[in-house]
Amino acid sequence: MTDLFVVPLLQIVVVLNAVLVAVTYMVLLERKIIAWVQSRLGPMRVGPHGILQPIADALKLLLKEDITPIRADRWIFTLAPIISLVPALIAFAVIPFGGEATLFGHRVPLYIANVNVGLLYIVSITSIGVYGIILAGYSSNSKYPLLASLRASAQLISYEVAVTLMLVSVIVTTRTLSLVGIVEGQMRQHIWYVFIQPVAAVVLFIGGLAETNRTPFDLAEAEQELTGGFHTEYSGMRFAMFFLAEYANMIVVSAVMTTLFFGGWLSPFPNVAAAHFLWYIPGWIWFLLKTFVLLYVFIWIRATLPRYRYDQLMRLGWKVLIPVALVNLVVSAIVRVFL
Amino acid sequence: MALFDTDELVLNMGPQHPSTHGVLRVVLRLDGERVVGSDVVIGYLHRGIEKLCEHRDYLQIVLLTDRMDYVSAATSNLGYCETVEKLMQIEVPPRARYIRTILAELQRIASHNLWLGTHAMDIGAMTVFLYNFRERELVLDLFEDYCGARLTYNAVRIGGLPLDIPAGWDQKVRAYCDLFESKIPEYEELLTHNRIWKERTQKIGVISAEDAIALGLSGPLLRGSGVPRDVRKDEPYAAYADFDFDVPIGTLGDTYDRYLVRVEEFRQSLRIIRQAIDGLPEGPILGKVPRLIKPPAGETYHAIESPKGEIGFFIASDGKSITPYRFRVRPPSFCNLQALPRLIKGHLVADVVALIGSIDIVVGEVDR
Repeated sequence: MTDLFVVPLLQIVVVLNAVLVAVTYMVLLERKIIAWVQSRLGPMRVGPHGILQPIADALKLLLKEDITPIRADRWIFTLAPIISLVPALIAFAVIPFGGEATLFGHRVPLYIANVNVGLLYIVSITSIGVYGIILAGYSSNSKYPLLASLRASAQLISYEVAVTLMLVSVIVTTRTLSLVGIVEGQMRQHIWYVFIQPVAAVVLFIGGLAETNRTPFDLAEAEQELTGGFHTEYSGMRFAMFFLAEYANMIVVSAVMTTLFFGGWLSPFPNVAAAHFLWYIPGWIWFLLKTFVLLYVFIWIRATLPRYRYDQLMRLGWKVLIPVALVNLVVSAIVRVFL
Repeated sequence: MALFDTDELVLNMGPQHPSTHGVLRVVLRLDGERVVGSDVVIGYLHRGIEKLCEHRDYLQIVLLTDRMDYVSAATSNLGYCETVEKLMQIEVPPRARYIRTILAELQRIASHNLWLGTHAMDIGAMTVFLYNFRERELVLDLFEDYCGARLTYNAVRIGGLPLDIPAGWDQKVRAYCDLFESKIPEYEELLTHNRIWKERTQKIGVISAEDAIALGLSGPLLRGSGVPRDVRKDEPYAAYADFDFDVPIGTLGDTYDRYLVRVEEFRQSLRIIRQAIDGLPEGPILGKVPRLIKPPAGETYHAIESPKGEIGFFIASDGKSITPYRFRVRPPSFCNLQALPRLIKGHLVADVVALIGSIDIVVGEVDR
């Protein structure tokens, strides 16, 4: 009874809250890191070194007037931020933060669900999120958001195919769709999959950038061109939901990348006897550390690169990423069958 | 009957838009995201400066020229004062001419800093923006040391300068030149060989040399198309004839060429400043100017090279009053802006902001 209901419920509460706090602090982290890159200080006023800034931001967004434009499509306009945020949050259900831990005499797995189609679940759930953006742009009944939603659709069809093809070639290596199984596979084979599938790791990271609408692929947002793009007409908490979704998606992508390619909760060099002292650090810390490094790369890229144009992203997707993904798939399959 | 509604989409970009650099309004007619036509609407910042000038005496007009191109006030001051000097045939002492040159070149760097920052920002590279503002700040500090103001300097007087340089200023300028020279590679590292930057700027908004001349373009826009026209070189004013510098030109006339030209102008400006500081002559800073400035009857036109292009002043005097009879400015921003509809046609919305940035306009000067 406890194992069936109480434990999963507690897990959900803990993960959901942890994710929401992490997301708000991601915003602060991003502002701080970008500020350091740009030789500024970043938020400094609220709390020491701006540590309470996320709380102030959340309060501000909660108290702001929630405007619905008169000509907007009310239902879809309200629904769009929800469609954006919810998939980003429920994607965490299958992400293994660690192996198993003993808590108050119970053996508790550090993941909510070990679904045997975990990877498919992630792919399908995260692609729903984009509909939030497309619908937001469409329902605003305003020109800039409309252009943004067109861009988002163009973006979706250009990276999604390559990303999914790449995942197929990863699956050829992992031989399982379960995320827990993938980490365990890396334990058995004594190697991070990034060394077996380096091309897939790179392409999936690029796809992840496009999926999360981050620079250099933040075309649908494009503040300088489309004045905020799909969320031009949004304010207050509904705008905050898009914001949360973007950062939650970043964490999802980083966590999935960690799981697939960087050994999930495993310590580095799990097979080298000399590195056994690394085992004393709990697995979930390794997981968070690796995820954090990937998140840092996301932010670093944002501070460095200009933005692509959407036709250039499409060209990149169709002419570079998809052929690379196909070749990678064929090579992976040949290696899998003959070696 | 057509299955879809295939009308053009009219998109009103501006007058309040983050990338129209002020209150420029561009009405775009779009086919998807492709621009099929556009109207540039100006006048939102029209203050009637030219008419105002006809009701102010010659000294007060210097202040008004500050407010035209407000990110490059010193060159406007210089252009106006030299025009009056030409009209009245006032001889400017060499020290004043050298300091004017230093001020104008510092101003060019500050203006190009602002341009590069905002242009890169429009294309999405936000770090370049803050790096440029970091260095622009240093120029503003130098101006503050010189005349106390940071934006609208009123730094030039008819016949010379209001102030000599403060003690130690030349050393500060030297130190600034060394510092800034080490910072230019930081911008270039982020942009010049950046693949995305190249894809966003190369072959975007190409304008041929003939078209550029026909449209009356000037400044980096014209030089980017490969025309080596620079008023500093062709019709030297201030002390430019004494200095050794190159006029960088582009080859293709696209946004990338214009970017390269301006970055190279950073280096050339530093070269000029260093030569001017080294060879700074002693002597007075104000020539023989009558107490009452009342030019003889006649008219004159004089142009100098502002950071944005050729800024020219036409002044007609009736010889009787202490105000100009007719005052007219040839503002480079305005003349360059007329290339915009031509440049953006056939490009995407994302390129429109890149091209507005590439022209480098200041709406205060476009509308006056």
